[in-house]
Amino acid sequence: MTTVNVDESFTGRVYPAQGSSTVTADAVRAFARAVRAAHPAHHDADAARALGYADVVAPPTFAVTLAQQAEQQFVADPAAGIDFSRVVHGEEQFTHHRPIVAGDDLAAEVHVDRVRVVRGNAMITTRTELALTDGTPVTTVVSMLVVRAPEESA
Amino acid sequence: MKFADVEVGHELPAARYELSREDLIAYADASGDQNPIHQDEAVARSVGLPDVIAHGMLTMGLAGTVVADWAGDPARVRSYGTKFTAPVVVPATENAVVDVTGTVVKRDEDARTVEVDLVVTSAGAKVLTRARAVVHLP
Repeated sequence: MTTVNVDESFTGRVYPAQGSSTVTADAVRAFARAVRAAHPAHHDADAARALGYADVVAPPTFAVTLAQQAEQQFVADPAAGIDFSRVVHGEEQFTHHRPIVAGDDLAAEVHVDRVRVVRGNAMITTRTELALTDGTPVTTVVSMLVVRAPEESA
Repeated sequence: MKFADVEVGHELPAARYELSREDLIAYADASGDQNPIHQDEAVARSVGLPDVIAHGMLTMGLAGTVVADWAGDPARVRSYGTKFTAPVVVPATENAVVDVTGTVVKRDEDARTVEVDLVVTSAGAKVLTRARAVVHLP
């Protein structure tokens, strides 16, 4: 049986936030269009303000754009042994502590909660904590990736 | 939508989305996920997939839109999770079709939240499993 070369000892690692990035209204609008979210609060700052938000509001899964970028520190580290062409997405979970709106300056801290190799495949659970730069929690993104073992060679 | 108006068993308006290869490129550009299995059929086939597949996160995003539209305010979706069980295959010549239905399965009087169970299918297969969103309603 073939197996992946993913390193289980990465479990428990924490990658501190590397600075922060500001959510732009254009990014919110483009993401909303891509997931067919036509609600005016995603597109029009006045509509968002009418609902009590400072600017356009992100759709429920927008945080993945920030989390996936931050996870690269771990996922793309050659020492972790993750062959990205063999990765499939297993699970995803968002917990929103407050809405993401354009203008938010967000920092992303990545936790490797679990790396486990079972029957040749690796299951990798990461948790990205998105927070405002003053530490206010915004969204917790938990992602489980499966790295499939290479096919048996004849 | 008002909390008082929603009972367990309440059904959300169903939605049907068509996805083309161009829609996948738009999602790739908007999300930053440029994995070629979502754009290039040669790459998709080389890793054992039948054809180009949609980003799982695009499918999850479409189902999230159904919940957010129903709630009336997108930020009322407090949590949302799923397992990905089957790919949405997007051929070059015809659009993939994704159907989304949702049912309220739990109601928390104290928190004023409801839990919505989403059923998301494409080409007869259930593409998301245990797709659940918790929504706070006024």
